[in-house]
Amino acid sequence: MGLNDVSVLIPSSAAEAVEAFGDGKDVTVVAGGTIVVPELASGRLRPKSALYLGRAGLSGISRKDGTVTIGAATPVSDLVDADPPLAQAATHVGDLEVRAQATVGGNVCSASTDDTPRGDLQAALIALGASVRSAGKGGERSEPLETFLAEGAGRLVLDVSYDDAPRAAGYAAVWRPHTHHYTILAVAAAKRDGELRLAATGVAPRAVLLDADDPLAGLELRDDALASAWYRTQLLPRLVERALTDLEGGS
Amino acid sequence: MKLTVNGIDHEVESHALRPLLHVLREEVGITSPKAGCQQGGCGTCTVLVDGEPRRSCLLPLAAVDGAAITTVEGLGTPEQLGPVQAAFHEHYGSQCGYCTPGFLLATHALIGRSPKAGRSEIEEALAGHVCRCTGYVKIVEAVEAAVGGAS
Repeated sequence: MGLNDVSVLIPSSAAEAVEAFGDGKDVTVVAGGTIVVPELASGRLRPKSALYLGRAGLSGISRKDGTVTIGAATPVSDLVDADPPLAQAATHVGDLEVRAQATVGGNVCSASTDDTPRGDLQAALIALGASVRSAGKGGERSEPLETFLAEGAGRLVLDVSYDDAPRAAGYAAVWRPHTHHYTILAVAAAKRDGELRLAATGVAPRAVLLDADDPLAGLELRDDALASAWYRTQLLPRLVERALTDLEGGS
Repeated sequence: MKLTVNGIDHEVESHALRPLLHVLREEVGITSPKAGCQQGGCGTCTVLVDGEPRRSCLLPLAAVDGAAITTVEGLGTPEQLGPVQAAFHEHYGSQCGYCTPGFLLATHALIGRSPKAGRSEIEEALAGHVCRCTGYVKIVEAVEAAVGGAS
């Protein structure tokens, strides 16, 4: 079976995209292409059909009625001057060209593998209290990002949104020295009206919300080609401390 | 689908999700974008899409339908090198040459958006481009010369 056997749907609106996606069975979504295109080109991935999201009008950032909404097909490069700590996370994704192609929806849907960390925006978005609007089995729904991530893949992300409100924010990360800044562990923090939200990327395949009073509570840290679980266990409290120092600094 | 490559229009029939890299090399017949890592990590497949540097190995054809693509052939000719090509030639910014197309196009785009780019901007623009020969010093010198020549 070659690439030519994969049927391609190219919806020209969000409604068409939702209809084409259906319940998501055997459909692979392609937006920026940075993760999926090499898989398709090499033959490692052979879905029955693929949904190309680049022409569905799902790109763009809006601020209205107290909400910031980021369309699924918005490139990561559009977030480098977004609200902190999202901007810090976005700045370190891939490189200039990759950030211009990679999308927010793809980042939210991706999971780290044993040798490739992914989903750097997830922790920052969780810290901001973001929710995800998605379509698929059971229809359209919105839920907190951490809930969406805990359930894994299988839905079509339409947009990500969070309250447009003043916050103190902090970010701290340790990267493997590489042009692509492979993230070993990153902690994002945001405080609003006295409520602190802490989240981490690199703890598990997808980012998680941390217990602000006891960040290591209930965590089983991942052990992979980038770092051992032992190393991450030592690192996490330090990064929480640094993220909070950054937050207190009034950034 | 339609592509304009270095000013020449092409009708292409490849699959909508075939990477632009393979369409250029195998259907259009332009082999200067190299098939390096083929997963976005090395930079040598970089082309300009409507003037912006993009990884052609990651771009599905559907994303560039109707776009203007520039490869190094669009920057100059062997007889009349473009300014970035000339700077790389004069400053020994190329050894084996495999990564050079990506560096030239990334540099060309950098000068287009930031004609007085400083060292940190240059390093950011080149960060996704891997060279295994030069150690980068000569490349950065070539880019600095190209930036200086443009300003």
